[in-house]
Amino acid sequence: MKKDIFKVGNQILKSRLIVGTGKYKNFKETAEAVKASGASMVTVAVRRVNILDKKKPLLTNFLNPKTIKYLPNTAGCFNANESLRTLRLAREMGGWKMVKLEVLGDKKTLYPDMIETLKATKVLVKEGFKVLVYCSDDPLLAKELEYLGASAVMPLASPIGSGQGIQNKINLSMIIKNAKIPIIIDAGIGTASDATVSMELGCDGVLVNSAIAKAKNPVLMAESFKNAVISGRQSFLAGRMEKLNFANASSPLKGLI
Amino acid sequence: MAKIQLNGRKLELNSKYSISSLLKKYKINDKKIAVELNGKIISRNKYKLIYIKNKDKIEIVHFIGGG
Repeated sequence: MKKDIFKVGNQILKSRLIVGTGKYKNFKETAEAVKASGASMVTVAVRRVNILDKKKPLLTNFLNPKTIKYLPNTAGCFNANESLRTLRLAREMGGWKMVKLEVLGDKKTLYPDMIETLKATKVLVKEGFKVLVYCSDDPLLAKELEYLGASAVMPLASPIGSGQGIQNKINLSMIIKNAKIPIIIDAGIGTASDATVSMELGCDGVLVNSAIAKAKNPVLMAESFKNAVISGRQSFLAGRMEKLNFANASSPLKGLI
Repeated sequence: MAKIQLNGRKLELNSKYSISSLLKKYKINDKKIAVELNGKIISRNKYKLIYIKNKDKIEIVHFIGGG
């Protein structure tokens, strides 16, 4: 069998699980969970330095950007301009060209504003960014993002941080089948089996934050996700059996006494 | 004296500061941040060359945990 490689933009990622680094108790727990997850890329946010607190621990001291890839995101941005500003600053910080674009449209649902998302994608691609785009599960808009030059499309499973799991398998399947670029299911994944199902649908990767960070034991949950993603991918590659409407005995009838 | 805004906070600087010396004053490692001056990103090799003026708006950002 051909080697199963996960390539996004110009990067080969060792794991199909990408994890977020928000919502943890502290950076130590973040680092332990990331390690247990086996992820080779993590999302990070760009925020103001707290100039008054000189002793504040830094994320970069716990997760070395030289050994784990940082994927800067635009969480908290509500229009194209805010997100462009954020990602240009991120690029200045460490030369990050691969970024996650997330333009939110509404505070209550954190649903993506697709009009602003399309606008920002166009500009970022032109500026040489490799853009992974958080988006709605609309198959036509997902394809439009691909046409605009997105490096990956990241449709939501359900609202960000809701833990509601996959709500629209049909749309996600359509997006996956139509795509020529990686599809990474992002947002709303609640537990490991959601990640397995996502991978069985044929998506290329999964992005998980809250389901790990908000678990009672985040480090153990991180490991569970690692296995779930591997398992789902293997299951997809193996090809599931056909579904039948009636029973089909597992033991042969020949030689029955 | 320069009245400036740093990360949304109003400040008065008594002596002349370059971006580089301002970062030193707040003990900020210049390799782990990005600086925006009046809406424009300043590249790291210019921190020593650019001096802060009255009414400047400065943003210093870094990476934190996020999804």
